Order: sequence, then C-alpha cells, then structure tokens
Amino acid sequence: MDTYSLLREIADSWVLLAMFCFFIGTAIWAFLPSQNRARYDASMIPMRDEPAIKTCSGTCENCASAKATFIGKGASHV
Amino acid sequence: MDYLKLILLGFITLGAALASSWAHDLAYQLHALLLMFIAFGMFVWVLRNTDEPKAAPQDGVYTDGVIRAGVIATAFWGVAGFLVGTFIAFQLAFPELNFEWGQPFTNFGRLRPLHTSAVIFAFGGNALIATSFYVVQRTSAVKLWGGNTAWFVFWGYQLFIVLAATGYLLGATQSKEYAEPEWHVDIWLTIVWLAYLAVFLGTIFKRKERHIYVANWFFLSFIITVAMLHVVNNLSIPVSIWGSKSVQVFSGVQDAMTQWWYGHNAVGFFLTAGFLGMMYYFVPKQAGRPVYSYKLSIIHFWALIFLYIWAGPHHLHYTALPDWASTLGMVFSIILWMPSWGGMINGLMTLQGAWDKLRTDPIMRMFVLSLGFYGMSTFEGPMMSIRAVNSLSHYTDWTIGHVHSGALGWNGMITFACIYFLTPKLWGREKMHSESAINWHFWLATLGIVLYAASMWVTGIMEGLMWREVDDQGFLVNSFADTVSAKFPMYVVRGLGGLLFLSGALVMVWNMWMTIRGAEPATTSLPYATPAE
Repeated sequence: MDTYSLLREIADSWVLLAMFCFFIGTAIWAFLPSQNRARYDASMIPMRDEPAIKTCSGTCENCASAKATFIGKGASHV
Repeated sequence: MDYLKLILLGFITLGAALASSWAHDLAYQLHALLLMFIAFGMFVWVLRNTDEPKAAPQDGVYTDGVIRAGVIATAFWGVAGFLVGTFIAFQLAFPELNFEWGQPFTNFGRLRPLHTSAVIFAFGGNALIATSFYVVQRTSAVKLWGGNTAWFVFWGYQLFIVLAATGYLLGATQSKEYAEPEWHVDIWLTIVWLAYLAVFLGTIFKRKERHIYVANWFFLSFIITVAMLHVVNNLSIPVSIWGSKSVQVFSGVQDAMTQWWYGHNAVGFFLTAGFLGMMYYFVPKQAGRPVYSYKLSIIHFWALIFLYIWAGPHHLHYTALPDWASTLGMVFSIILWMPSWGGMINGLMTLQGAWDKLRTDPIMRMFVLSLGFYGMSTFEGPMMSIRAVNSLSHYTDWTIGHVHSGALGWNGMITFACIYFLTPKLWGREKMHSESAINWHFWLATLGIVLYAASMWVTGIMEGLMWREVDDQGFLVNSFADTVSAKFPMYVVRGLGGLLFLSGALVMVWNMWMTIRGAEPATTSLPYATPAE
C-alpha cells in the first residue's frame, strides 16, 4: 500500500474515532457534577482582577460593591 | 549583554547595507534600506546607553505600557485600513480613480491587498495582541512574562506591517489571498509570532490563579494555529536571497487546498477564536457579571477547534478538488452553526438581569451588536458553503458582503468596544471623554454596515443570476460587461457605507485623543501581594 492510502486509512478509522472520543470526553468533563465548583470558580476570575473594593451594605445602585454583592449571591447557572 | 547587542546590530546593519546594494528588485531594496536604518538607529541607541545605570522595572504592577501602544496602533491602522477600503470601493464605482500618474502603485490591484492586510492583520492583529496581553495578565494575576519581549512583539509586528504594505505597493506579492507577503517578510513574522507565543505561554505558566480562564484558551489556540497555518502555507523557495521573488513548494490543486486551508482558518482562528477571547473577558467585565455558562464556553471552545480546521475546502467547490473533499468542507461548515450560535447565545445571555444596560451603556450596545453580527455571519457563511448556494454566490459580490458583515460588524464593533473599555482604564480616566460621541460612532458604523451588506446582497445575487441566464436557444444572455454596468448604483451605495463607517472611526479617534490628552499613564497593581523573588 502506498503512503497516501495507508495514512488515509488510519485517518479515516482510528484517528477519527480517537478525535471523536476526545471531543465527547471534553463535553462530559465540562458537565461533570464534581467539577461544578471549579467551573464556578473559573468563571469568577474576571470579577476578581481589580483591587478589592471596600464593601458597604451594598444598597446604593451604581456602587461597585453592589456588583460584588451580586457575585456573592452567586449566579445559579455557571 | 550590551556589547553582544552592539556586535549583533552592527552585523545586521552591514548585512542590510550589502543586501540593499545587491537587491534584484525595488521592494527588496527598500526593505533592506529600512532594516539598515532601523538596525543602525538601535545601534546608536544601545551605544549611548551602554554602561549607564538602568531604570529598575516597576514591581507589583501590570505591564500596561505595551498595551497602551497597542490600543493607539489599533486605532491608527484601523483608520488607515478603512480609508484605503473606502477609496478602492470608489475606484470600483469610478475607474478614473485609478490615476494615470500613480500607475502602477495606486491601482486597485495593488491597493486591495493593502486594504485587506491593513484591516485584518494591522487593525485586527494589533487589537488581538493588545487585548490578549491585557486579558492574560488580569486573569492570571501576574505581569507579562519576559520583560521587554512584549515590546519586541509590538514593534516587530509594526515592522511586519510596514514591510508587507510597502511590498504590495511595489509589487512584491506571492499572490496568495491574505498571505501575500513574500518569503523574507514571512520569516520575520514567524520570529515575531514565536516571541508572542513565548510571552503569552510564559505568563500562563506563572499564573497565580488555579484555572486558565476560557478567554486564554481561545487566545492560545489563535496564536498556535496561526503559527502553524502561516508556516505551512508559506513554504516557498526564494529565487535568490537578494530578491523578494519566491516559488511555492506546492503546486496545482494541492497548493489551492493548502491556501484555503490557511485562508479559512485565518478567518476561524484569527478573526473568530482570537476575538472570542476578547468576548469572553470584556463582555462579562462590561456587564459586571460572570459569563452566562462556563460549561457552555468549554464546549464552545472544543467544538470550534475540532470543526473549523476542516471547513476550508468549501472555498473550492466545482474546481479540480475531489468531490469528497469539498463535501467534507461543506458538511463541517454546516455543523459549525452549532458552536457558533452556542457561543453567541452564551455572550448575549451574560446580560441576563442587566438588559437595561443596553439602553444606558453605549459600550454594552456595541458588544451586543457585534455578537449579533457574529451570529448573522456565522449563519450566512455555512449557508453559502452549501454547494447549490455556492454555485450562485461564488465569485459574486455576495461573498464580499458576507466578509464585511463579519469583519465590520463582528470584529470591528467588538474592537471599538474594547478600545472604549481600555482607553480610560489605561490612562487613569473614569470614562471616555464623550459618551454621546460613542453613540454617534455606534450609529454611524451600524448604518455604514447596513448600507454595505444590503448593497452587496443585491448586487451579488443580481450578478449571479445574470451570469447564469440563458435564452431559449441555450445562449448566455448577458456579457460580463453588462453585469458590471448594472452594478454601478450598488457600488456607489457601498462606497457611501464605507464612508459612514470611516467617519465613525474618526469620531472614535477624536474621543480617544480627548480622553488621553493630558492624562498620566495609569498603573494597576497586582491583586495578590507578591513575595520577593
């Protein structure tokens, strides 16, 4: 068998299967219940990168710490 | 170290001087001269600073200087690219604008790659480098790795842009769409790009956060894939090392397939994955809440990576490419609908509970519009990749309209929004100088895109239908020139759309100028106190 046909055969069978399994694996890994905490934690990274703001009662509408309060209460679907 | 630098710069100056003297063509000669002057200037600069006390780098703050430069460069190249684009749009409507006195340097054929490269690589590329440096530092809670390497990436990239642009005008091109620069410019870009990869990866490696935030996954895939695409598609052998002309290693249909594997993934990884990296950081930031679903973003990432790489052959329907290959490209393009729309929904739903911001916050409105255009062009693209649709749309202006709704709508709008987000932050201002100017920019740009896309749909479909029209004897009804004259009104409308988009960008530049004027560069300290290393 020439190189092209050999590589084609491998690519069309085992490599395809391996890539497909890897992809399904990532999907399962993303939704694994044990990883919930990690997902939540990672999604909060952009909210952490500014110097901490002193918190008040969080009642004032446009106050940056009100944002922090929202985050504290936690988005349900992260 | 300085002595080593001096020796190296001396040799580069000498080598460039020799190259400029032995050059076979004008473009190569100009590039050699340019390199000689830059290397000599740096030689003098290093010499004057040798054995002088060096200013210690600031500790405990983010590396933001290079990002400031990147934001300015993005705006500059954006305006330059839009200007050339508007001009060549009018050149198509009024061919007299291909001035006799400017031949051959200012004709459409040479200005067109200048426009595409200026907007994609100069405007988009600078935006990507600046935002990726910003995001990777903020989400890793450390400063950039490699000290001044980031500055090398910035200036090296600007040099690449200048070399590419002057090369096109002087006729040095390898005639591969979006990969026009000749071999010597390609090699330079490879060096700069590997330095970029090193800075980005180095910063991720020393991160203080446990997780690598999803935006960084997108940026990283963009950097790595572009490196791979660039090297493979530019495999060529120079005719002489003293000239810019080179010969491709691949030929025929293999060359065409390599080119569109490159071309489509340049769209997929440069203009999509990289800009999605921006989306996943700046949209949550501007909305003040985390991304709608982090799990969906993981699926979005892997699905995009796995699918995009196969979509290239849809550019080669009805060619010498085997049918199975173009069918494969078509099928994968259609499957791409899913992750694209998943990603768009993920971005839009981040506003859940903050939809009122659409009314009050013009920057948020820009983000949402850009996501809307992302959704629209990722719907249109797969549709156009279907063979039957492609037989009508291919080679017509519909393609141009599709590209611009993606590039102006998605890439342009998200970049403008990021500039409005970054400029006040980087120069220590509370907000942009004028909020109503942002609103003006928003509407000017939106109206410009609408005029552009609508006129190109009309003219593209008309043109496609005219080309295939046959009479009852089976003869073609229209000559090519008939379609050209029928397109004239739409070409004028398209040019006006470009004019509106350009004036929006000029409003932005004025706004940036007023914001930055008199401001001190801001320093932002790292979130975690760094122990002495």
